[in-house]
Amino acid sequence: MSLKIAILSGKGGTGKTTVSTNLAKVLSKNMKVLLLDADVEEPNDHLFYNVTFEEEKSVDVLIPKVNKETCILCGLCARECQFGAINVFEKGVLVFQNLCHGCGVCSKICPVRAIDEEPKSLGKLKFGKTDFFDFGMGLLNIGEPSGVRIIRELKKYISDDYDVTIIDAPPGTSCPVVEVLQKVDFAVLVTESSPFGLHDLKLAVSLVKEMEIPYGVVINRYDPAFAELTEYLGEEKIPLLMKIDFDKEIAKWYSEGKLIVDQSEELHRNFELLYENITEVLV
Amino acid sequence: MKQIAIISGKGGTGKTTLSASLSYLFQNPVMSDCDVDASNLHLLLSPVELKQNYEYYGGKKAEIDYEKCTNCGICKDKCRFEAIDFQQDKYVINEYACEGCKLCVLTCPEKAIKLVENLAGYYYESKSPKGVLVHGDLNPGEETSGGLVAEIRKKSFSVGENLKKDVIIIDGAPGIGCPATSSVAGVNYAIIVTEPTLSGFHDLQRAVETLKKMRVKFGVVINKFDLNESVSSSLEEWCFSENIDLLGKIPFDEMVNLATREAKPIILYEDSISSKYIKSIYQKISQILFNK
Repeated sequence: MSLKIAILSGKGGTGKTTVSTNLAKVLSKNMKVLLLDADVEEPNDHLFYNVTFEEEKSVDVLIPKVNKETCILCGLCARECQFGAINVFEKGVLVFQNLCHGCGVCSKICPVRAIDEEPKSLGKLKFGKTDFFDFGMGLLNIGEPSGVRIIRELKKYISDDYDVTIIDAPPGTSCPVVEVLQKVDFAVLVTESSPFGLHDLKLAVSLVKEMEIPYGVVINRYDPAFAELTEYLGEEKIPLLMKIDFDKEIAKWYSEGKLIVDQSEELHRNFELLYENITEVLV
Repeated sequence: MKQIAIISGKGGTGKTTLSASLSYLFQNPVMSDCDVDASNLHLLLSPVELKQNYEYYGGKKAEIDYEKCTNCGICKDKCRFEAIDFQQDKYVINEYACEGCKLCVLTCPEKAIKLVENLAGYYYESKSPKGVLVHGDLNPGEETSGGLVAEIRKKSFSVGENLKKDVIIIDGAPGIGCPATSSVAGVNYAIIVTEPTLSGFHDLQRAVETLKKMRVKFGVVINKFDLNESVSSSLEEWCFSENIDLLGKIPFDEMVNLATREAKPIILYEDSISSKYIKSIYQKISQILFNK
């Protein structure tokens, strides 16, 4: 069986990347692992590994190109575009490429077939190997509004050849995260011991519940003084999969781009237990 | 009225902590929380009263009328967002993937599909001890958070005009995509908060590139700089070589965790080490913005 695990968090900076990169390393000892960095606005997983990239490809969207000779300036394309990406003036037509979703409505609706579509790059996919597992990442071009399509393409690297696929999601709970969650088997919600962490965790919980995905929680920078978090997990009967203590040493390893499971046997063991706990929830 | 946005390549670098503190240092601000995915500013500013609550409709979604649908499947073939699946015996719109573009509506030979308005979230005008806070929540799983950010920005602006405020402090959305760019579009100044980690450095460079492209003036704050002084100095050197204003550095401070746990901005802890550094950052910013 090929297990697909998404690593999410209500907000950024809670430790998604730490959990993803370290879990991938620990599991790669006995299993064929694929790690996908779907945080396409700010991908960081590759900073923790020597990656030999073997493949790079552009992810494109089809952008309208209006043929001035044929266009009769009727304005229908502008009226039908749901994203305000086309404006028609007396003297011509203006396409706002960054607003365009590439849906094809304008070329379909144009009564004189004056609109062609041409590809424009949104970003790229990179795929290759680390010393331990296969690795893929998406990178959104600066200035592009949404990475959803890149994530959709990135996920096409998932196959039954892998025992486990780990997907490092973007922060938040909006559309790119939903794209990551489509057709995954389990979601690990990473949070931290603070009112911020708890607030955002609740949003993430409501999303995985709505999408009916089995899930559990990892508390990073665990601080027993903030009891509300563990109380909430208890009340809602949410499985606590792992705690990572608040430790300046861990923060330092992270800042240097080191894997924490390589630095401490205890942490290594904890990440093995994390996986066992995930499979236990799934049974 | 000046608008200042506090942003970061990634979340969790201390944007909200800094925003909340700045809102206490500036005398007459409107606070605007544009991190709609993880809106946390209200947790530190503890608004006492909700003045107004607004619905946010973002985009539309397709809906199939099964009385008319003949299962021809043209909609699925045409949809470019893989938002229509055939499940059991009918075509189903995946509401998470649907972008509401209308192509299916236009191509359906039976006119069985229509677009419906989609309530994507809410935004609020609240009263806090420091004045008005405009903030919002996107419903989990929704898109167009950039649109909600734009609504919050508009509301903050009109509130500011009406109340004759001097400054709008925007706690921005992380990343470089539409919520992030909506948070900084047209502001007078942006502050990028970063951390001395390899990831932080990587994210900072992308944030800088984004702001340069948008022609927004900005400066950088390094938070928790003493967690890794060597990465911190490479960050500093990089800012220097790129001619970027370094507004200041804030040391790692246990008091921040305590303050957050107590749901208060760190600036209210007069003796805390970070509040001293934040004050000096504030002075630099007000010099840049108001020449004082």
